Amino acid sequence: MSQAVAGHPILDPVLAPTFPKAALPILRNAQLRKNVTHATDVIQAKRAKLVAEKTDWQDLRSAAAEIRAHALENLGEYLEQFEARCTAAGGTVHWASDAAEARQIIVDLLREEKASEVIKIKTMTSAEIQLNPAIEAAGIHAYETDLAEIILQLGDDEPSHIVVPALHVNRSQVREIFARRMGIKDLSDDPQVLTGAARNYLRQKFLKVPTAISGANFLVAETGAVAVVESEGNGRMCLTLPRTMITLAGIDKVIPRFKDLEVMLQVLARSATGERMNPYTSLWTGVTPGDGPQRFHVVLLDNGRTSILAKPKERQTLRCIRCAACLNTCPVYRQTGGHAYGSVYAGPIGAILTPQLMHLEHAQTLPFASSLCAACYEVCPVKINIPEVLLELRAQVVDQERKGMDKFKDLLYWGLRIANLIFARAWLFRTAQWGGRIGLRFFTGKDGWIHWMPSWGGRWTVSRDLRGLPDQTFRQWWAARAKGAK
Amino acid sequence: MRASLFITCYNDTLYPETGRAVVTLLERLGVELEFRAAQTCCGQMHANTGFRAEAFSQAKRLVRLYSDAEAVVIPSSSCVCMMRDQYPGLFEELGNESLRRDFAALLPRVYELTEFLVDQLKVEDVGAYFPHRVAYHPSCHALRGLHIGDRPVRLLNKVRGLELAPIENVDRCCGFGGTFSVKNFEVSSAMLGAKVHDLLSTKADYCTAVDNSCLMHIGGALHRQYAGMRTIHIAQILAATEGAAEEAA
Repeated sequence: MSQAVAGHPILDPVLAPTFPKAALPILRNAQLRKNVTHATDVIQAKRAKLVAEKTDWQDLRSAAAEIRAHALENLGEYLEQFEARCTAAGGTVHWASDAAEARQIIVDLLREEKASEVIKIKTMTSAEIQLNPAIEAAGIHAYETDLAEIILQLGDDEPSHIVVPALHVNRSQVREIFARRMGIKDLSDDPQVLTGAARNYLRQKFLKVPTAISGANFLVAETGAVAVVESEGNGRMCLTLPRTMITLAGIDKVIPRFKDLEVMLQVLARSATGERMNPYTSLWTGVTPGDGPQRFHVVLLDNGRTSILAKPKERQTLRCIRCAACLNTCPVYRQTGGHAYGSVYAGPIGAILTPQLMHLEHAQTLPFASSLCAACYEVCPVKINIPEVLLELRAQVVDQERKGMDKFKDLLYWGLRIANLIFARAWLFRTAQWGGRIGLRFFTGKDGWIHWMPSWGGRWTVSRDLRGLPDQTFRQWWAARAKGAK
Repeated sequence: MRASLFITCYNDTLYPETGRAVVTLLERLGVELEFRAAQTCCGQMHANTGFRAEAFSQAKRLVRLYSDAEAVVIPSSSCVCMMRDQYPGLFEELGNESLRRDFAALLPRVYELTEFLVDQLKVEDVGAYFPHRVAYHPSCHALRGLHIGDRPVRLLNKVRGLELAPIENVDRCCGFGGTFSVKNFEVSSAMLGAKVHDLLSTKADYCTAVDNSCLMHIGGALHRQYAGMRTIHIAQILAATEGAAEEAA
């Protein structure tokens, strides 16, 4: 059964298993981990080189953060401005409060077009609202045109990275998928041959499918323009050949002025792919007679974004420009790849974005899927303090737990509650140190180390020893020394 | 100079030799040290696990305890980071004006050990002798939290006999992350595996850091794997002198 019909069960935060559970089979998948490590190493090295050559990188970051923050502070105003300008230029703007509404709008538009097929430029937002299964259910076939998305669509797989969705697949696996699904015998795994196969497959679609769907990297309020950046030219094809273009964009994608692109495109290309400029930057404003699609719709999607916007600490999440630099540098993502996050948005940004889009009703383990090493914050081109938001969300998850019944079976919860009582009084802390020493002696080997502990302790000793508690705490030593000195 | 030692809860309990080394080192450099017996924990574990109210009560306790201290020295960058990065938010949300005032007055006098040595005592050569090949692991909180820079390296470079070993992917997390190491123990173990690989490639005798928490994690794996490398807190290296080799882990 094809992926598109089956839906995206792995990447649906409502249905996804917890992060630790989802990570486990991936940790056992040596090939996938090798692919992820290799790909992230390559992108990271390219990014590091291009960031280093930019002597004003920190200024650029500040400027980008400011543009995005300002746009969000005045989001209503800029969205209305975008709507007015886009409409004046011949586009039609639709507003969707949630995923279901956005899917309905797009399916209705496709029906109006009497479309039986539609071609798509890579859009993470469409995966967020699980658009493909809805389109398929309406009897319309959606063809992905981004190379990585084709690999995933033909391989019944799911995106694992925001910028490089098939990052977890290597070229011999791509060769296998193409050979099987395109029916090509004797296909080599030479990248040029593989892209040639994809090109042949795609050309037919570009020439005969008159309806296209895109996402948006930016919406320019000042002019009503939509910007899409890409590397392969498939987007340019979709933006020139079809009769009708439907663009799906989160309301967070708006920037105030055309000239803001100067900053945004610089930080995006360098952060995302380690390029000075991305190969294809397409900008279009409404409809131009005789040039490109003659019918143009923009679906502006909220789907939880305004509720994020309402929270001062979490608001910065919406500054994200989907460069995925945080994924590439994240030591957690580098081990697990994207699928463990159970959402189209993986990595550190996914760990804060997904639970918020779910109103914290799902994906509650994601804010804990980080060692808080802050490598993400360091590379973020729009300075999203991801660790800060992670901590905020962790506090909200714990507050949920306090109110619910699950806490009664959570030993760690009670451990931390009790630890807090102990830390409140030094004599209790001393007593606990003494008790801990006696208790752990039972598990301490002849070599003075602990190799096994039960329950939560066992989660430590699964891969790590722990030195047994010394006979004398520091405070005991200090007290004894002070006494000796007198 | 006078200073108050906040040893931190886990150093007190698990790594008292680090505390003893800090005392040896600072007293050798002429610092008059005091230890306030009422101290317990800074609240980091609670704050990082989402227990904000609990973290606040510990933070408040700590600020009150040290409000009249001349300087507070802490041999753990993550605890200092907790105070610098998280206390302000906690006090803004849950504290009152007097607490915020006391905290604002105290914060500039709180130092991580190597900050205290380099910035306050203005020493780099602390007269240490440690004839070993040592890999310095810059903990995430020291590196990206405190922006501690090369202070620890400058100190280590002046230790006689010590040979510094460069680590590949030096700025990558070891996978500890407090309760992350047990909540996500499989992923944490995978991260640790990568770090141990990079460390063993250095062929160093010791791995050192300014945080015993990372070292507990790394050292736990080294011990489990019968690897020929040990972990040691930087204070123990800096306290070591010829003829009086400080007890190593």
